[in-house]
Amino acid sequence: MNKITLIFKREYLTRVRKKSFLVMTILGPILFAAIVIAPGWLATLEDTELKKIAVIDSSNIFKERLPETEHIKFEYLEDTEVEDLRQSFSETDYYALLQITHLVANTRNSVVLYSDKQPSFSVKSHISNAIEKEIERRKLKTAGIDQDVLKSVKTDISVQTIQWTESGEAKESSTELAMIVGYISGFLIYFFIFMFGAQVMRGVIEEKTNRIIEIIISSVRPFQLMMGKIIGIGLVGLTQFALWVVLTIALITFGKNAFFPELTTPSGNEVVAEGFMEKAPGQQADIMQSNQTKDLSGSLTENARVQEIFSALEDINVGLMVGSFIFFFLGGYLLYGSLFAAIGSAVDNEADTQQFMLPITIPLILAIIVMINAINSPEGPIAFWFSIIPLTSPIVMMVRIPFGVQAWELILSMGLLVLTFIATTWLSGKIYRTGILMYGKKVNYKELWKWIRYKT
Amino acid sequence: MDFLDIRNIEKKFINQYALQNVSLTVPENKIYGLLGPNGAGKTTLIRIINRITGPDKGEVLFKGRRIKMEDVFRIGYLPEERGLYKKMKVGEQALYLAQLKGMTRQDAIKKLKYWFEKFEIQPWWEKKVEELSKGMQQKMQFVTTVVHEPELLIFDEPFSGFDPINANLLKNEVLELKKKGSTIIFSTHNMGSVEELCDNITLINNAQNLLEGSIDEIRNKYKSNVYEIEFNGDLSELESSLNSNYQIIKTTKVNGNHAVHVKLHHQTSDNELLSLIIPVVEVISFKEIIPSMNDIFINVVNEKNK
Repeated sequence: MNKITLIFKREYLTRVRKKSFLVMTILGPILFAAIVIAPGWLATLEDTELKKIAVIDSSNIFKERLPETEHIKFEYLEDTEVEDLRQSFSETDYYALLQITHLVANTRNSVVLYSDKQPSFSVKSHISNAIEKEIERRKLKTAGIDQDVLKSVKTDISVQTIQWTESGEAKESSTELAMIVGYISGFLIYFFIFMFGAQVMRGVIEEKTNRIIEIIISSVRPFQLMMGKIIGIGLVGLTQFALWVVLTIALITFGKNAFFPELTTPSGNEVVAEGFMEKAPGQQADIMQSNQTKDLSGSLTENARVQEIFSALEDINVGLMVGSFIFFFLGGYLLYGSLFAAIGSAVDNEADTQQFMLPITIPLILAIIVMINAINSPEGPIAFWFSIIPLTSPIVMMVRIPFGVQAWELILSMGLLVLTFIATTWLSGKIYRTGILMYGKKVNYKELWKWIRYKT
Repeated sequence: MDFLDIRNIEKKFINQYALQNVSLTVPENKIYGLLGPNGAGKTTLIRIINRITGPDKGEVLFKGRRIKMEDVFRIGYLPEERGLYKKMKVGEQALYLAQLKGMTRQDAIKKLKYWFEKFEIQPWWEKKVEELSKGMQQKMQFVTTVVHEPELLIFDEPFSGFDPINANLLKNEVLELKKKGSTIIFSTHNMGSVEELCDNITLINNAQNLLEGSIDEIRNKYKSNVYEIEFNGDLSELESSLNSNYQIIKTTKVNGNHAVHVKLHHQTSDNELLSLIIPVVEVISFKEIIPSMNDIFINVVNEKNK
């Protein structure tokens, strides 16, 4: 036992001290934080600079009727032709020139936006929305439909999901978030198994080609060396994971404060409250009211949505998620890690690993395919069976957990995983023991089978 | 008492014997040579002694009792194919290997310092192994083999890959270790070093041992009663002075003098031969030809393979 400790300490320390480990540790959280923060941040980035748009309206129906925002202002020009402005456009402070012909209500291509640069998508969609709305309003009016009636017809439904937990309490849940969390953790396990499994394999090949193997197994049993290596690299994986979690949380918190400072200020809370009221079902008055304010407080409700994501994140059963993540990562890693070790022992160099990699890669890729299916129907038979079968369960089960999984399913899946990794470790140990001392022999599956049946 | 007693070891790989009914005894505080052509089973035998693999049949007795896993701490093994972790630091790696052999960290540091200074590789302690020259790596490997002061040392083809200077250093260290009380097993087909170093040998061929004993015994056993006479005078006169009990098997010239190899048949002695030739030629030297280990090795192996 003491020797396994020595071995995994070496395996652990040599890897943790590597520069590549440091780089991965830093890059990982930046990537994760960027995924969480970037969409919200980009949304707030739009239109921070004032854009003045000149309008030449030959139809004469839009004057002073195009809604302005904080960043988009309109200036209505009279008795001016497009050609007049064209020459001197770059000298004006206009962002763009909007030309509306008098046939606008009936003809396509009657609205043109001129600019000396490519107008941003948000400006373009704002203008097109505004014109559409105005024409619609006019048409409705002509048809005799009153504006107030129209408003009362408009509905905005957002389905709120409440999950009844076993203890009987009702909990607000977010399906989208469960999907995201499930997907990320499933994918992380897939990624970790491959990354650290391959490290085990490379480590074994290194010892074999270095010819240090015989020196070491004259002091320790091959099985101890294999287990020491697998445990050591597994701990590297856990360390990486822990650092990623800590750094990602730190980065997101930092990013939240840096990019959405209003979320943490008291006035921000009011906005949040308003945002939630808007979502409350069955309160028409509120809906109508919020619809009216929507255009003005566009960026604020955006913030509310971001806040909603953050608060829902806190809602997820973090203990269960992290606990089962560690369990399934370790289980899956031990299962595949020992197989990777066996492959490493059977070959002389990395190029020869291809033929043996296939049976390992197939279940892992299958798991990823099933995972995508499981996200859409976490209770379906495919998701169920693949989350029980040990070769795919570490990945598929992780996707199902955020949606809530029955305890017996979890226990069955975990139990089978433990039994299987004990079996594969035992099997791999037998292959490893013989393989590490074999050189210059092209090994096939028949040969491996012989090794398994060898007595010591 | 015999240090190592190997009894009726048998090891089979798929459908071929690696070792078949091999028995041998290694006396304490002797250098024991394990000879044999490539693929004879030497390395398998060494791996069985090191408990890297187990025998199908037979047993290994270590100081009179069955060998245990803990006994590997009392063995130092320098394999034929040897390497180190290239990316790991020299000192750290030496410490790791010493600790795997059951030494405590403090003890290992102390002993390693001694050996590193002795071999003048102390300045390399903090360097990576890949920065070391081949010769230094070999020194380091030797140090990690002996640092835990094992009672039994096993060197598998120790001189292969060593340059003459390091080979000589190694030779002296091996003799030193013997003086300090270690028992040493040498596996080699370098016969020169066998005659120089070994007290006892065994010859393994085709998974069986053909020959075992002390070097002197074996060489005397294989001598064929041939004498070399270097003389000044007429070769034909010498020839005519010998009767049918003597047979000249080879004539050459050494330093401008004649030299003949004479085989003695029964009921004669070297003194009689001398008394016959002294009257006819001027004898410069007269000595019995004792076969070299190399000759014995080739003879025995060829004989067996016929």
